[in-house]
Amino acid sequence: MREFGVGQSVPRYEDARLLRGLGRYTDDIQLAGLVHAVVLRSPHAHARLRAVDTAAAKAAPGVLAVLTGADADAAGMGTVQPMVPRQRRDGSPMVLPRYRVLALGKVARIGDPVALIVAETLTQAKDAAELVAVDYEPLPVTLGTATLTRPGSAAVWPEAPDNVSFVFALGDRAKTDAAFAAAPHIVKVENTISRVAGCALEPRGAIGSYDPVEDRYTVWATVQQPHQSQAQLAGEFLRVPPAKVRVIAPDVGGGFGVKGTGYVELGLVAWASRVVGRPVKWMSERSEAFLCDDQARDNVTSAELALDRDGKFLGFRVRTIANLGAYVGSAGPLPPTVNLGGLVGVYTIPACDVEVTAAFSNTVPTAAYRGAGRPEASFAIESAIDRAARELGIDRAELRRRNLIPPTAMPYKTALTFNFDSGDFPTGLAKALAAADWPGFAARRRAAAATGKLRGIGIAYAIEQAGAGLEETAEVRFDRSGFATLFSGSSPHGQGHETMYKQFAATFLGLDPANVRLVTGDTDQVFHGIGTFGSRSAAVGGAAMRLAAERIVVKARKLAAHMLEVAETDLAFEAGSFRVAGTDRTIALTEVAKASYRTFTLPRGFEPGLTERATFVPSAPTFPNGCHVCEAEIDPETGATAIVRYTVVDDVGRVVNPLMVKGQLHGGIAQGLGQVLLEEVRYDADGQLLTASFMDYAMPRAEDIPDIAIETNDVPSTTNPLGIKGAGEAGTVGALPAVMSAVVDALASAGVRHFDMPATPERVWRAIRTATAGPRA
Amino acid sequence: MYEFDYHKAKNVKDAVAIAKKQDEAKYLAGGMSLVPPMKLRLAKPGNLIDLNEVGELAGIKVDGKTVAVGAMTRHESVAESKDVKKAIPALAKLAGGIGDPQVRHRGTIGGSLANSDPAACYPTAVLGLGATIETDQRKIAADDFFTGLFETALKEGELITKVVFPVPDKACYIKFPNPASRFSIVGVFVSKKGNEVRCVVTGAGPCVFRVKGIEDALKKDFSPKAIENYKHPASGLNSDIHGSAEYRAHLITVLAKRAVAGAE
Ligand SMILES: Cc1cc2nc3c(=O)[nH]c(=O)nc-3n(C[C@H](O)[C@H](O)[C@H](O)COP(=O)(O)OP(=O)(O)OC[C@H]3O[C@@H](n4cnc5c(N)ncnc54)[C@H](O)[C@@H]3O)c2cc1C
Repeated sequence: MREFGVGQSVPRYEDARLLRGLGRYTDDIQLAGLVHAVVLRSPHAHARLRAVDTAAAKAAPGVLAVLTGADADAAGMGTVQPMVPRQRRDGSPMVLPRYRVLALGKVARIGDPVALIVAETLTQAKDAAELVAVDYEPLPVTLGTATLTRPGSAAVWPEAPDNVSFVFALGDRAKTDAAFAAAPHIVKVENTISRVAGCALEPRGAIGSYDPVEDRYTVWATVQQPHQSQAQLAGEFLRVPPAKVRVIAPDVGGGFGVKGTGYVELGLVAWASRVVGRPVKWMSERSEAFLCDDQARDNVTSAELALDRDGKFLGFRVRTIANLGAYVGSAGPLPPTVNLGGLVGVYTIPACDVEVTAAFSNTVPTAAYRGAGRPEASFAIESAIDRAARELGIDRAELRRRNLIPPTAMPYKTALTFNFDSGDFPTGLAKALAAADWPGFAARRRAAAATGKLRGIGIAYAIEQAGAGLEETAEVRFDRSGFATLFSGSSPHGQGHETMYKQFAATFLGLDPANVRLVTGDTDQVFHGIGTFGSRSAAVGGAAMRLAAERIVVKARKLAAHMLEVAETDLAFEAGSFRVAGTDRTIALTEVAKASYRTFTLPRGFEPGLTERATFVPSAPTFPNGCHVCEAEIDPETGATAIVRYTVVDDVGRVVNPLMVKGQLHGGIAQGLGQVLLEEVRYDADGQLLTASFMDYAMPRAEDIPDIAIETNDVPSTTNPLGIKGAGEAGTVGALPAVMSAVVDALASAGVRHFDMPATPERVWRAIRTATAGPRA
Repeated sequence: MYEFDYHKAKNVKDAVAIAKKQDEAKYLAGGMSLVPPMKLRLAKPGNLIDLNEVGELAGIKVDGKTVAVGAMTRHESVAESKDVKKAIPALAKLAGGIGDPQVRHRGTIGGSLANSDPAACYPTAVLGLGATIETDQRKIAADDFFTGLFETALKEGELITKVVFPVPDKACYIKFPNPASRFSIVGVFVSKKGNEVRCVVTGAGPCVFRVKGIEDALKKDFSPKAIENYKHPASGLNSDIHGSAEYRAHLITVLAKRAVAGAE
């Protein structure tokens, strides 16, 4: 089974199904009596809801129900709650405006759900939605991350007159102040991290089906964390015990964090199904996705780095305003606060002082998106180092080299939350510089200049935390044919879980992948789970699967010993079989599994069947890291920017499937590059969304992505038994700062001193023009 | 989408007859511009007349002096046509740069011209080569065809049947694509035929327009240098999140220079 096992580039089993249209997505699910729901959304970014008149809509053909915020309150529907509590500066609890399933009293952002229309057909529901008469009284709109908390900004919510929901601080302020006071050099960067949309290929959707016989809800939905969605539906929306709710995530077409958190539409379809007595489907279209999916990033950060005369880092001070949007979504407080550890990078920084102010605006709420605070953190430190290198006249790679944490210092406790267990950063840097031909750049820049182009090189050494804290579950269940069904609490949306878990089954139990199935995403079938996000499934889910597999071997050994009439201690388990030590007598695990169902032949006390489950709780996170080097070429006449070379040397710990790790890195880099060069969610001054379709929201395409040279510098993690660190976010975390670094370097060669993403053509052209016109003007 | 009635036209006469009879009728060509706003309920035609099986509308004919392209000819067919590549390489290249492969395999020249999107590519070639648009009723000179934002000289129910392009000495189209849609932020088409020079801009105004300042300079000297110092006024040009009027004005000169340099 080695060829299917851990470490092999096994092609993805799920692709044969997914690429031939045989996937089963939420929208593919057919149920008897299924009816359709449309969410009527606010066309205003901020308005008082004076009246919602549903009479005409209710009377329209095919309409079964028209539900409003008042109906939701009357039905006892709850509100979205954040996953973690936070506080304001004075220690009082964070400001949490009521985040209802349907707006009541006012709407606070474009796309706020105002009514749910349920009808026999989708067309009828859309027709009826046009008949709902909503009386809006527009209110002042508050936008612009940098200015949200300034005096004079209109309050989004009266309970937060300064628009501050919470303030989050980390590090040691006194120590950092002291380090700065004594530092010969202090450099400062002020950066804007643009707002982006996750844009999974499959938009979000949900089907609610209420069963009056069992008094129980089933919800099929495009989610990454089915058990979390179950808890949220039960506890926050429907206010019933979790036992009354089953959530099923069928095939999910991309998530990137955007499908991670609880959304009101899940609650709406479940509730509506009870109201109309039929299963109810809501499926978002692409334009609706831009309004109803959480958006991401969007902060303004000022970062100061203190250095000594040799360029050694002495302290790092960071102040961030994070834009939460109009509400605190369930994952809303996570990106601005839980991954701040990445601010120290891979460097020895003795003192850090970080403060994040999370503020409201009249925009779509923000939440997790590939990296969820990690790319932002990496960008803060990496851009500060770039600036320091420029100001001190030290090569950017060399300045990093001087400050790297040496492998001999592992385990290493940083000045923030991260405690690195492993990693060889000097090797990673050296390999990356060699693979990217860092020394040869000057010649490439000259060659580009000869064709009128500005060429820049960028570097970033990113590190992130993955697989932190939360548990994951696994179950191995053999049936009487000797085939195995694996159950995992992690829940895929494109990553390749089926392939990965089959590789685990091949390596841990010697099973033929053809005889292994994977079940995920169904809270009735998977006894417990956390889900797939934060680069955790391989490390944490894999460790759980290994535990379950070990338990299988323990139990099967008893029966194998009985069948071979030897002592258990005489048996060795290898490559899927028990072998009597020193002989060639073997019995396959699959035969033992079959025998486990022949009740009357079992040894006394042996419980029939062969099924084991396990839960793995990581004692500490893992720290995937990688050095990215990127080259950009700018056409100064038009401002068009192309990424022409990309190298990454990555440490994702032990690799389960090199092919899939490459895929993860490619996709991750594309999303980091996309944010820098192309993507940006834009609102106009009235809070109207200007980028409401792919005609205006620019996604990266194959032609925008250069060939990516990937080399590895893998150091197994010590915090899980498999040594896996995780690869899901690494590409994005490194690409955002690396691509920016290259763009800024190219622009610096034209005299541009500061540049904020995105590097869209006109912005680049203007930056160059201003810089070159500056001295003359 | 709102409900509508669907009619399949057998030939040109049939299509025009259905259009006369039905209210709010629209011809359906590739559907690339017509269908998306329908899906978003921003357009509500009561009747669609499908031209996709009207064989006489599709096809390319090249003789020594002209290239005639049937209204239902897909962008991909023009891009791949050996005859077009030989006669007017700029036209084949333009067609090959429209949108993406899916769009090029559905979209048609007739649909593109009738639609007259302010950022469309084909209208530049039509105006830039001084082509003639033939309809079921008449022949319309390119200079008279494009009248405004999504507006043309076509009358209600008038059907484009083909477009006849005179073969120039040389021509070139350079487009600076909108990174999201791949339409043009600005596109410039230049051509030279004897003493006649045309320079046509798309993406920057309500519809395509000629730039006299550039044409005059190029008539004297058909070289990039001749227009190096040309500054197009920004006032009145389109401005959106992808490009301000000022940026578009700047791009007109940059792209025109490149088009002159690349003309073949
Ligand atoms: C993602 C995307 C990217 C695109 N990028 C570009 C680009 O880069 N450059 C570019 O130029 N275009 C671009 N387009 C538009 C594309 O070229 C369309 O094909 C074209 O605009 C319309 O052609 P169609 O055949 O699809 O027409 P349809 O959408 O079917 O029709 C458009 C209009 O023309 C009318 N019509 C169609 N045929 C006739 C006829 N024979 N006589 C009279 N009226 C008729 C219809 O009634 C309708 O009003 C893009 C489109 C998309 C969706």
